[in-house]
Amino acid sequence: MKINFVKIIEEKGVEALSIIFAVAIWQLVADRIVQNKLLLPSFYDVLISFSVIVKNGLIYTDMLTSLLHFSIGIVAAFILGVPLGIVMGWFKTANRALDPIIEILRPIPPLAWIPFAIVWFGLTHQAAGFVVFAGMIFPIVINTYTGFKNVPRVYVEAAKVLGCTRNIDLIRFIAIPSALPSIAAGIRIAMGVGWMCLVAAEMFGVSTTGLGYQIWHNYYLHRMDFVLVYMLLLGFIGLLIDRFFRYYVDEKLLRWKSGTVM
Amino acid sequence: MEVRDCDVKMGRLNIKNVSRIFTKKEDGSRTEALHDISFDVQDGEFICLLGPSGCGKTTLLRIIAGLETMTSGEITLSGVPITGPDPKRGMVFQQYSLFPWRTVIDNVTFGLEMQGIKKDEARRQVEKYLELVGLGQFKNSYPHELSGGMQQRAAIARAFANEPEILLMDEPFGALDAQTRNTLQDELLKIWEQKQVTFLFVTHSVDEAVFLSDRLIVMTSRPGRIKEIVKVELPRPRSRTSPEVNRLRDRVLKLLKEERFSR
Repeated sequence: MKINFVKIIEEKGVEALSIIFAVAIWQLVADRIVQNKLLLPSFYDVLISFSVIVKNGLIYTDMLTSLLHFSIGIVAAFILGVPLGIVMGWFKTANRALDPIIEILRPIPPLAWIPFAIVWFGLTHQAAGFVVFAGMIFPIVINTYTGFKNVPRVYVEAAKVLGCTRNIDLIRFIAIPSALPSIAAGIRIAMGVGWMCLVAAEMFGVSTTGLGYQIWHNYYLHRMDFVLVYMLLLGFIGLLIDRFFRYYVDEKLLRWKSGTVM
Repeated sequence: MEVRDCDVKMGRLNIKNVSRIFTKKEDGSRTEALHDISFDVQDGEFICLLGPSGCGKTTLLRIIAGLETMTSGEITLSGVPITGPDPKRGMVFQQYSLFPWRTVIDNVTFGLEMQGIKKDEARRQVEKYLELVGLGQFKNSYPHELSGGMQQRAAIARAFANEPEILLMDEPFGALDAQTRNTLQDELLKIWEQKQVTFLFVTHSVDEAVFLSDRLIVMTSRPGRIKEIVKVELPRPRSRTSPEVNRLRDRVLKLLKEERFSR
């Protein structure tokens, strides 16, 4: 594989320069003006700390732990949230029954569930996963519900006159594909919220490993360069997850939408 | 072969004293959309429903499709009363109704898949319908890649794939430009001659109705009643501009004009 450097520079030159410039300013300010590792570790300090956690292998256990917490949350939220949104979107009575409960629970900030997470699950991965779940479930339910509400009537009617009349078939063949863009958007929003909840849950001692835990732990040790490393790691992993998800959804699931204005 | 085909399909439609009253939930006010409609459609006949907008012609079509209920009356297709949607009664909508998440061919196979036919087998079976509407090359395209006229062609193929006894068309060419519209009318007649399906075609274009139909049913403004049933005894293939056509068009336009003033 030959990489065309000229082309890459032409295409991404401005973006790359911008990042380099920002890092340079950061390094300069930290190193020459602030001159205090506690207040603002420099770019170089962060690089050194990063190499330390890579060498001693801490980065891998923490990343894996955090991803495990995140996975528990997203899987649970998906398994529960999508069917809930479907039932509410398709059956009026179900919506009337469930909507008040959801509307009462929804404004509770997910982090408020942390005490119960600990009481119910102890200091386990499940507890952290539960807090992530609490943050993710509502965006998924609500977007699935909205997607189902907005299924164009003409698709449902066209399906009916073509012999697709049972609710289960209409949901499977018409409503789910039609609502998929909305469901995917809900999952994306949920992943953003879930990622924040993850850090908070780990910070509050639900877990003794994980990226969020390390931020708090290193803060106690006044190792702010490490705090910054973990912050940046959280940012990058969050970005990667989002990019990967978006790529998958756009390329595989929503190919039929390409070209239309979203 | 052709004769046997006719025998099997039996798209005979009988509409008897059909009325439809819509009741508004909020204030209980009632609007009569259809009043005591009765007419019969012979097997293989091409009927156009014509009337001022809001006269209930679409409502009537939707009742026949089983998507809407009637307040009173009875409709039978080949002697069987209509209770709900059924693949025997195909429908083409005015809005683009192709499923955007399915390719053209998978849209056309949809009806067969619902009957439990495997996708590969269904694909083989619908190939001829795609050829019929001239979309063979575009079978793997998604609807958003097609023009409006092509989308309606695909919708017609999709309706035909179920081999319905009657095809209900709700202003299917209403959103198309005049040129495309004429082409599609020609193609539709060609298909009709090949397939001998009964057609019930709602339109507000007098030209279209005169060009297409064996009989055209002119409806009054709300509540919709039958004003007159006009037999179109013009030989096919028809010209769009001959003196006979113009005379007939004139007559129908006058009927519609009366409705405008009697409001």
